[in-house]
Amino acid sequence: MGAIFRREVKAYFTSPIGYIFIAAFFAYCGIMFSYYSLNSGYTKLDSLFSSLLTIIIVLIPILTMRTISEEKRSRTDQCLLTAPISLGSIVAGKFLAAFLIYVIAVSITAVMAVVVSAFGQPDWNVIVGNIAALLLVGGAYIAIGIFCSSFTENQVVAAVVSFVALIAASFMTTIGDLIPVNAIQTVFQKVSFGERYYAFTYGLFDFSNVVFFLSAIAAFLFLTVRVLEKRRWG
Amino acid sequence: MIEVVNLSKHYGDKKAVDNVSFKAGDGEVLGFLGPNGAGKSTTMNILTGYISSSGGKALIDGVDILENPVKAKQKIGYLPEIPPLYVDMTVKEYLYFIYDLKKCKLPKISHLQDICSLVKIENVYNRLIKNLSKGYRQRVGLAQALVGNPKVLILDEPTVGLDPKQIIEIRTLIKKLGKNHTVILSSHILSEVQAVCDKIVVINEGKVVANDTEENLSMKLAGDHRLVCRIDGRKEDVLRALKKIDGVDKVVCDSERSGNICDYRIEAKEGTDIRYDIFNAMVENRWYLLGMKSSEMSLEDIFLKLTMGESIPALNDNVSGEEDI
Repeated sequence: MGAIFRREVKAYFTSPIGYIFIAAFFAYCGIMFSYYSLNSGYTKLDSLFSSLLTIIIVLIPILTMRTISEEKRSRTDQCLLTAPISLGSIVAGKFLAAFLIYVIAVSITAVMAVVVSAFGQPDWNVIVGNIAALLLVGGAYIAIGIFCSSFTENQVVAAVVSFVALIAASFMTTIGDLIPVNAIQTVFQKVSFGERYYAFTYGLFDFSNVVFFLSAIAAFLFLTVRVLEKRRWG
Repeated sequence: MIEVVNLSKHYGDKKAVDNVSFKAGDGEVLGFLGPNGAGKSTTMNILTGYISSSGGKALIDGVDILENPVKAKQKIGYLPEIPPLYVDMTVKEYLYFIYDLKKCKLPKISHLQDICSLVKIENVYNRLIKNLSKGYRQRVGLAQALVGNPKVLILDEPTVGLDPKQIIEIRTLIKKLGKNHTVILSSHILSEVQAVCDKIVVINEGKVVANDTEENLSMKLAGDHRLVCRIDGRKEDVLRALKKIDGVDKVVCDSERSGNICDYRIEAKEGTDIRYDIFNAMVENRWYLLGMKSSEMSLEDIFLKLTMGESIPALNDNVSGEEDI
């Protein structure tokens, strides 16, 4: 796992993807920060964090699109799958590498919190909760992105499919509302990643939401392993 | 060392590999020969655990690749048809990565240096793989297979795309490796298998059609009773004299060269050795025997016969030995 993790992290920075991801995230964060906090003199960062869901839906597919699809296309998966390591550690290595890049990007929000603290009294508990939530939802989205990448050899297809999947996952409630059956609407609401993320930005640190995101990460990584396994048996 | 028993792989209705069985012992170089699409790569991918089989067993040093893949894979170094190279890395970074990936225990720097000098890639050690030529990429692929000093080396068409000099170098290297490793080598290049392998498995449409040493294969399909001779003497007299020799069935003058020199194809009864009689006939008539070659089947002929169901090329349409005299 360690070897794959190190290679992946390095690969993010030998290709433009790592830089583009971080730069785009920083830029969007900066604009939102100046719009919601600096310009309006607002020391709570809830609006900033709510707005960040949109940008991770757009950027995470770019981060994860090549993870497995590129290995398949260039046949380097033959090197990984014939090495004496388990499929689980291959997928985990890739996940952790993408997650590290994501953590680097998200770290800018902590800097913004420090900037805000110079002008007022931010609620640190809420900010820490929000950063944790952003990391959790991002982790889950990365797992979904890697899962989508495992289906295809084409990076663009992987990115588009992940993008659609992330939109669906984020706005499950809206989709559920289209079906006029209460029970179904409730189910959709419960599995909506967006709904659960927004709960954090309201200042609610609900452990069931933490468990939900962690389970989502585990589930999609497990499914990715199954996809790789199935390909061997296909 | 490697034992394959009734291995099968089905893709829907298509049988890519159909009941393939063979063995390769310690320090043996086994050639896996077959036309494109015969199932060579599929078999190799199963052996290395890249894909699973639909039936049968593949044992690497007694370990079943399906039941205990991690342990079995530790014993294998695999060079697939397209070397699995990360082109954004330098050769050094790549080999370090493979070393870590295989959880190698050997001393890192000296081990990798040994491999690099063995496959001659020291001079490109710090270059990006994407800037390397096909030949060097192939060598880097071979180097990654050698990392960890695995007991078994599985090489899928290792000389494809190399220039003749590189091909000879790689073949020499494989022969050298065969002394300490069990090597399975696939190829559709017959001379390569002939030059390198101790044992040959011919596979066609997923089935093993022959499994023997190269000499035995040639012997089984053709004997010493077909000869091509280049003789300097009057054509009519030579033909008459040759036909008189005991056991000779058929003599054909194949091509006329300068002066009285002609090539004759001589077919004798099976089991007879007419070479002494031909020599004596030449001496008696004061003709000059400029060349004599057994026109036994070359590996090409065997290959065609086995894989295409063609008959053994008849004496008069076998032109392959002609220019070798």
